[in-house]
Amino acid sequence: MVNYYVRRTARVFVTIFLVASLTFGLVRLLPGGPFTLLRAQLLRQGVPADEVDARIANLQNIQPDAPLWRQYIDYMLALFQGNLGESISLGEPVVSVLASAAPWTIFVVLVSTILVFAVGIFLGSLQAYWEGSRFDQVVSGVSISLMSLPFYVVAVIALYVFAYQFGWLPTAGTVANGVERELGIPFIVSALKHSVLPIFSYTIGAIGGQALAMRGNSIQVLGNDYVQVARLRGLADRRIATRYVARNAILPMYTGFLLLLGFRLGGTVILEQIFSYTGLGYYMISALNANDYPLMMGTFLVITVALVLGVYVADLTYSKIDPRISAGESDEAY
Amino acid sequence: MKHTETDSTGVDWRSESTSAPDMSTGERLREVYEEQIRTPLLVAWADWRTRIGFLIIGFYLLMALVAVLGLWREPSTSQAPRYLMLFENMKYPLGTTASGVDLAALIIHSTPAILLMITAGAVWATGIAVAIGTLAGYKGGRVDRTLMSFSDLVMAIPGLPLVIILAVTLNPENPILLGVIINISYWAGLGRSLRSQVLTIRENDYVEASRTMGVSTPRIIAKDIIPNLMPYVTVNFVFAARYVMFASVGLYFLGVLPYSTQNWGVTLNFAYSGGALFSWSAAHWLLAPMVAIMGLSLGLILLGQGMDRVFNPRVRTRMAGESKSTASDDEDATVTEVL
Repeated sequence: MVNYYVRRTARVFVTIFLVASLTFGLVRLLPGGPFTLLRAQLLRQGVPADEVDARIANLQNIQPDAPLWRQYIDYMLALFQGNLGESISLGEPVVSVLASAAPWTIFVVLVSTILVFAVGIFLGSLQAYWEGSRFDQVVSGVSISLMSLPFYVVAVIALYVFAYQFGWLPTAGTVANGVERELGIPFIVSALKHSVLPIFSYTIGAIGGQALAMRGNSIQVLGNDYVQVARLRGLADRRIATRYVARNAILPMYTGFLLLLGFRLGGTVILEQIFSYTGLGYYMISALNANDYPLMMGTFLVITVALVLGVYVADLTYSKIDPRISAGESDEAY
Repeated sequence: MKHTETDSTGVDWRSESTSAPDMSTGERLREVYEEQIRTPLLVAWADWRTRIGFLIIGFYLLMALVAVLGLWREPSTSQAPRYLMLFENMKYPLGTTASGVDLAALIIHSTPAILLMITAGAVWATGIAVAIGTLAGYKGGRVDRTLMSFSDLVMAIPGLPLVIILAVTLNPENPILLGVIINISYWAGLGRSLRSQVLTIRENDYVEASRTMGVSTPRIIAKDIIPNLMPYVTVNFVFAARYVMFASVGLYFLGVLPYSTQNWGVTLNFAYSGGALFSWSAAHWLLAPMVAIMGLSLGLILLGQGMDRVFNPRVRTRMAGESKSTASDDEDATVTEVL
């Protein structure tokens, strides 16, 4: 058992290492090389060639003319020290840009995903138990309609109605301009106000999907004998739905939860753009538009590391949720 | 109880390997047709969701056909008066944009590429996920570890950001390639959750029985495991397709993906940046692509939901009227009430 955890932990590091290598490779694959444009720009401004090379080396921690393996080692060493280079468009270290952006994204994604998961499971398990009832039909219908609504459509409509038409909520940003960026009541209130619409648009559509997935899983569980037994024992419907069915249908949902977190972390590139919400996704797109490759890759790497850790937590807690599958037992080969 | 009942009627997929040897090829073909094609289709059609799903998808296929055969004019600027409203001029039923492009033409001519894209993406994602998920879950041991390490690695790469980087790098304009790229890492998550299901399925008695009898691994996976996963797989096929559509439209909307052909997302982008959100005279410009997206995704979801019943063995026997023991359940209400 202990062995499993050690191996699993080692794998986290290997994965992050491989993904970091991948970002290195991708930077080099990008059209025209990442710094061709910048180099041309600087040279046009009359900066001496030596200095241009030095500046570019500083930006991504690489010597553009060094052999590839040398560049790779420099890049990885810098990463290891938490140095992601310097943003071209913002003129700040990538790390500090990301450190100020990440909390917003994590906040929005986490709150919205927890809401999606909690409400979805609750609705789905009740639906499955009363399969075919009016309740099931209504909730299914609403779920399906919600699911066919992409979150950016919800976002655009919500922005139009609540921000532009009624003016109840702010249209852009993470906190209001005049508010001090330190922990205090005005800051929290402003931050919450700014996060309502992004969270709302990111949650509503996804609830339907989770409810239906839960419903599907639960219907399979319902076919099992122990549910019949529970019913024969005369247990209350609600108790059977939550204790017997939900529990057993939840395992695939649970892994799904952390995956969802990952997918949704990526989805913020669209969400944050619509609300000009300065999180990771927002910076990724603005970096892309500004040809700011160090910032773009930094965002990519940070989102990736968050995901790796999510899956890691899923794996370690797996056996706690479903005792039928202990971490060791799943290694038995057929 | 249920197993023996269904075994005798031959509807149950589990019985096939044991009851087959005495039959001639013709009989077997007929049985396969009956079991794999006719019954599922009947069951599928009996469900209103599948029926509506089929109809909606059919409508989109028709639109694609219209576009491919060139039965509707190609979209081009100044082909019509500007800012026509919905149904204002029946020659341009969906109205026109700020530059006088026929919106109906934009929507219709986007359809073939989108259908190709979502099919390619969904087939890619579910195909690989099923192969890897079942093999890893069933085999366990080193195979499991290797495959799961690989999917972990793929899963560790966030979907949309990766697509954005790949799109910038590769500039894919072919819809099939684009579909695969958008779902390039989608299979990993699905494969993983399939694996977790297989882990419980493989402990079932009948799987153990097959194994003890020396049935080969591919056969066990195909006959004993995958049928149990089918509801999950079909629903996820639809989700994968929907994801391709949402992601592609979203990325076109942001202006990140390169485009050579028309796409609803591109239309949405132009409408949004053209200020359609703020003036009623242009609202239809924004609404038309939104409705197109929602319609297709509604069709897909309904189809997925309906297919859930086709592949869910418990529901299927009940629907086919073979099983008496479950027919008295209160859950049976679905069948009659929903029809």
